[in-house]
Formats: sequence, structure tokens, C-alpha cells
Amino acid sequence: MLLNNRYIRQMILPGFGQAAQEKLRAAKVLIVGMGGLGCPALPYLAGAGVGTIGIMDGDTVSLSNLHRQVLFTEADIGSNKATVAAARLQLQDAEVNAAAYPYLLTNQNALDIIGQYDLVVDGTDNFAAKYLINDACVLLKKPFIYGAVSRFQGQVSVFNIPVAEGRPLNYRDLFPVSPRPGEIQRCEETGVIGVLPGIIGTMQAAEAVKLITGLGDLLYGRLMNYDVLQACSYEIRFSHQPEIPVIDQDSFLQMKYDFDCEEEADIPEINVAEFNRLVQQPDIFVLDVRERHEYPPIDFSDAQIPMSELQELLETLPEKEICVICHQGIRSVYAAQLIRARRNLPVYSLKGGLTAYFNQPGK
Amino acid sequence: MCMQIELLFFGSLTDITTVSRLIAEGMSDTEQLKKYLEEKYPALRTAKYFMALNQQMIQQVHPLQPGDVVAFMPPFSGG
Repeated sequence: MLLNNRYIRQMILPGFGQAAQEKLRAAKVLIVGMGGLGCPALPYLAGAGVGTIGIMDGDTVSLSNLHRQVLFTEADIGSNKATVAAARLQLQDAEVNAAAYPYLLTNQNALDIIGQYDLVVDGTDNFAAKYLINDACVLLKKPFIYGAVSRFQGQVSVFNIPVAEGRPLNYRDLFPVSPRPGEIQRCEETGVIGVLPGIIGTMQAAEAVKLITGLGDLLYGRLMNYDVLQACSYEIRFSHQPEIPVIDQDSFLQMKYDFDCEEEADIPEINVAEFNRLVQQPDIFVLDVRERHEYPPIDFSDAQIPMSELQELLETLPEKEICVICHQGIRSVYAAQLIRARRNLPVYSLKGGLTAYFNQPGK
Repeated sequence: MCMQIELLFFGSLTDITTVSRLIAEGMSDTEQLKKYLEEKYPALRTAKYFMALNQQMIQQVHPLQPGDVVAFMPPFSGG
């Protein structure tokens, strides 16, 4: 009866009731990143009655966090964010199963930790973590509630919802490969207005509650952009990207996600004219990473190793400069990174892929 | 009748374009539009973004009609 009283204001909503409340109580949600997005998401998930909440963050609270990370107080400065947030969660609701993970998500711990939860709410502030969460969720078939901010704008979407046929949409359908350092500025460089991650983080919490209870239409297959200065949102529908990298457990465990590291290989992308010159050189090895069913066949590659098999066959590549090609020049960058991580010879990617190649006059 | 299309730039792309909204004329398809913009704003060539035509993400070249809205959306990483 006490339980019903606590949630009575949402249980009387049309379509909600006891059934939705029980789903929330049974749900296990992992929030990765207890910063500007995670701080507002957490109390609303707990308030709604989510039974088990994992909180992951390896960072400590600092003074410059407080303008947007409203769960924390001045007394928390210097303490681990996950630990502080879990203690706050127990004050809000002593019945919630709270688990604090006071360290960073890595590809070595991700499958084990995420595997214990029903869905992940993204509260991270860097691309490496977002791609890492995405790929782990793809492997484990877990929904991923994405959020991100940049200055006065934020993005929200829901990925990896189980579908009857084919594969679910994921973050790589929007952005197949992670930007390199310098291509996109980071939050600490660009600045962020405090209330914006508050709005985006609560939108993520709303999507999580909808997902668990089955209410309404999820932001699945839709990217919402919210602009706090214009007070308007813009929605973009998206569908499957044919060129996204294939993720399997082995490649996931070996992938170098931390693109912020300086040693990350920067793959030179060459245009068709440069490619035409390059292939005239005797020592260049042209590698086609398209799958075998893809058309058209070409006669100017030295080998075809589909992206899905490349990881296992890296050792078979000759000690030569390699130019990687694919259909549109997206997979080839990813393939070139895999190759470059293993050896010190130049690796190129044909920008625009065979689509660009066959678009040149006379082809 | 002018062949006007509306362009919307999101996130850090406005650092390159300096505006979030532009009107373009005389563009027959999205590839021509992209080339025109890359000429006008060379930094767009190396910027990461996807294009959406009338709120639908596009992966290939699409013809443009008067009144079309083309959005340029970069990834965000802040949190």
C-alpha cells in the first residue's frame, strides 16, 4: 500500500497502472557517466521507481562541474561521482538497489557490467565512450539511450531496440566512425550552458521510462536536436547505413576506443586523382574490403578481404604500402585503422570509395 | 520562379559557416550543393557531419526541389 501511495500520481495516468509500475520495479538501468546528463537522469529514474540502478564514473567532483552537475554539493568536491551519486540515491529511496562503479568503462569491463542491466543511459562526455557503449550494446543486444550536448544544442536518440527482422539501428548508423582528435571540439573547449544537459538528461530519463513501461513512441530511428537559445527542436529520421563496421566480440575487445590518445593513427584519405597516381607505383597494395556479394567486381585491386574477415587475416597482408577501398569510403577508413594499429607502413583510404571512382569521367 | 532551398547548420558547423541558416539557389542536387558549400567554406571538407533532406538522413545524392530543407548535422560529444 505504501508502494502504491508513493507512485500514485503516475499510476493513475491512462495506460500506466500497476503493470507499468511493476515493470519499473523490475527494471535494471545502468547510467554511464554521472556528469551533466547523468545527474538529472538519475533522480527521475529513481523517482519513477526503477528498481535497480547502476552508476558508473571514474571521475571526481570539481568546482567547475557544479554549474550543471546539480546532484553534487561543494562538500562533494574531490569525491568520486559514482560513489556520491549512489549515496544520494539511497537517501532518495532506500529500497532502490544502487550499485556504484567508481571507475571508467573500458572494452575489457563493458560486456560484463552492461550485461547485468536491461538498458544503458549515456551520460558520457566523449566520443570514445559513446562508441564503446554503442558497440557493447550492439553485442549484448541492449537498448542504448543516447544524449550529447554542444554549447547551446543537444542531441537525443534511442538505439538498438530489438526488432522483428534485420538488425536494430545504432549510433554508427548516424556516424559510422568516431571523429579524430581536433575534428570536433570537446565540451571543456567549447563550453556548455548548465541547464542544457539538464534538459537533455531528463529527456533521456523520459525515454528510459517509456522504454521500460512500453508507453508512447520512442525516439528510435529519430535523432532529436534541441536548441536552447532558439527554444526549438529539429528532428531527423534515419535508417540503416550499409557501410557500418561489423562488430564482433574479438574486434570489440581489441579495438582502440580512446581516440583522444595521440598515438591514434590518422588515416590519410586520398581522392580519386591521387588514387590514380598512387596505383601507378609498383609497391602499392590495393585492398578491397567489400563483402563478396557487393558489385561491381573490379580488376585493379590486389586482394579482396571483406571487412568481416579482416581482423583474422591482418597477418596475411604484405609488407607494402596499402590503399584500402570499399563502396563509399567509410568502411575503408575503419579497415585502415585496424591495419595501421598493427604496423608502421603507410595506409591510405580512398575517399568516397568506388562510388567516387566510378563517377570520374570516362569510367 | 527562384529555385530556393533552405540550409540548416547545427552544432559546431556554425563555426565554419558563421550562420545557422542559409538560402541557396540554383542547386540541382545535394552533391552540387555540397561542392558549392565546400568551395565557399573549405573547412567543411574535413568536418564530420551527415546531411538530411527534409528531415530524412541521406546517404546518396538526391535531386533538389524548390522549398527543400537540407540540414547538416555533426556529432556532439559533450555531457
